Amino acid sequence: MSIEKTYKQINEKIKAGKAVVLTAEEVIGRVMEKGLSQTAKEVDVVTTGTFGPMCSSGAFLNFGHTTPRMKMGKVWLNDVPAYAGIAAVDAYIGATELKETDPRNNNHPGDFSYGGGHVIEDLVAGRPVKLRAESYGTDCYPRREAEADLRLEDINEAILFNPRNCYQNYNCAVNTGDKTIYTYMGTLKARLGNGHYSTSGQLSPLLKDPYFRTIGIGTRIFLGGGIGYVAWYGTQHFPGFISYEDGQGKTGAGGTLSLIGDLKQMDAKWLTGASFQGYGSTLNVGVGIPIPILNEEILAYAAKPDKDLYAPIVDYSSSYPNNEAGRLGLVSYADLKTGLIKVNGKEVPVAPLSSYSRAKEIAHILKDWILKGDFLLTEPVDLLPGPDQGLKGKALKTKDQE
Amino acid sequence: MSPEKIVLRFSSENSDKPIIYHLAKDYDLIINIVKATINPHKEGTMVLELTGEKYNEGIEFLRQQGIKVDSLCQEIIRNEDKCTHCGACTVHCPTDALHMKRPEMEIVFNRAECIICQVCVGICPVKAMEVRI
Repeated sequence: MSIEKTYKQINEKIKAGKAVVLTAEEVIGRVMEKGLSQTAKEVDVVTTGTFGPMCSSGAFLNFGHTTPRMKMGKVWLNDVPAYAGIAAVDAYIGATELKETDPRNNNHPGDFSYGGGHVIEDLVAGRPVKLRAESYGTDCYPRREAEADLRLEDINEAILFNPRNCYQNYNCAVNTGDKTIYTYMGTLKARLGNGHYSTSGQLSPLLKDPYFRTIGIGTRIFLGGGIGYVAWYGTQHFPGFISYEDGQGKTGAGGTLSLIGDLKQMDAKWLTGASFQGYGSTLNVGVGIPIPILNEEILAYAAKPDKDLYAPIVDYSSSYPNNEAGRLGLVSYADLKTGLIKVNGKEVPVAPLSSYSRAKEIAHILKDWILKGDFLLTEPVDLLPGPDQGLKGKALKTKDQE
Repeated sequence: MSPEKIVLRFSSENSDKPIIYHLAKDYDLIINIVKATINPHKEGTMVLELTGEKYNEGIEFLRQQGIKVDSLCQEIIRNEDKCTHCGACTVHCPTDALHMKRPEMEIVFNRAECIICQVCVGICPVKAMEVRI
């Protein structure tokens, strides 16, 4: 009879200081040593982690009212526009937003040295940020202009809300073209000069729960150094599988999460602005998600090692920009981590864009929080759509293609 | 006259040309090759000390050949507080001065190997690589 545990039982053990918690890296060795059944009995929680660029990130801010009051229809933070088409003195600063004066790619490849992601980092680091606001006047909101230097502690609420984070799996990007290209997957040299990938592999949250059996709405997580929650499925959440070895093995792919948390609790070590040459600016986000080991099957997925997790190799010189299907092969995360893979018979040096060492640090921090009894697991209010629902992305038909 | 220290960057189109021969023969320059590397994609980097009366003409010749010439009066430092150890720089560094330490997956910066090509400065997403003059 295989073991079945409940969230309640695991939380009782956490409160009593008796829970056994391993990181997604540590559990691999434990399963190899003791087998699935024994490990499922012994281990209560597996902690995952990831730290990398996640463009679909941003924060809702409420600045507090001016005297006299103002609607704030247009808002800039350190000259980066924030979306203010919501209630008075609320705004959303998105990670990829740029100053109107940013030269972008006019001097190709552009630097994109400061964007919304950097504004968020500055706020979290406690640095002052210059607010500028404009509005039309109304009887209730007569003021039309305002400027202020504000710090995160000075404003009412700051809610990190990231509509699409934690991509379950991601392409290993390469370039088969004749010139260097500048992409959100980094700088890719011509003729398969290099490749970039961006997943923490065996530590990555959604690779370790491919059926979405435990990660759901309301799951309490590590977010940006503070506590956050899974709010919903992310945009473009189309979970499925990549098959390899003639369908003998499969790796989850296509799932995403929408995450929420209190920015004021977070730490700039785990939310850093980032710039990709020739592409744009973004935010590096640190996320750690606990997986409760409710049974052997959940453990079996949580304990998958890099050698059993695969990423697709995709050509960013043609098939990606032209939105064409097709890939140049599959590669395991174990092979990616060696730094050298084979594509079209050619040896290609590869490097990650997400930090494995930071991902590991997050998994350990989350483990410590749980061991200390500070962090209890939450049973999802509802589960997210899983791979069996067959969700597929829709392409946008433009007028010129009708 | 004290020698000028410079960095040459070759593309795959010009890395097979006998550049040093021409510098010596046609421009009568005294050349000390401090460091030279060529990567599998035939992109090369070379650090030279050059002396001679036709120094400026020699530099002009190099530029005409499509070789990027920079003076070596700077150094590159890594801002340890900023580096997130992602790895983006490692496949772009021509000398492996920046490389991934395995299995820790941490980035090591070996300044002795750095030829100040500055590629990492543009590549690093968090601007952890800084130029010091």
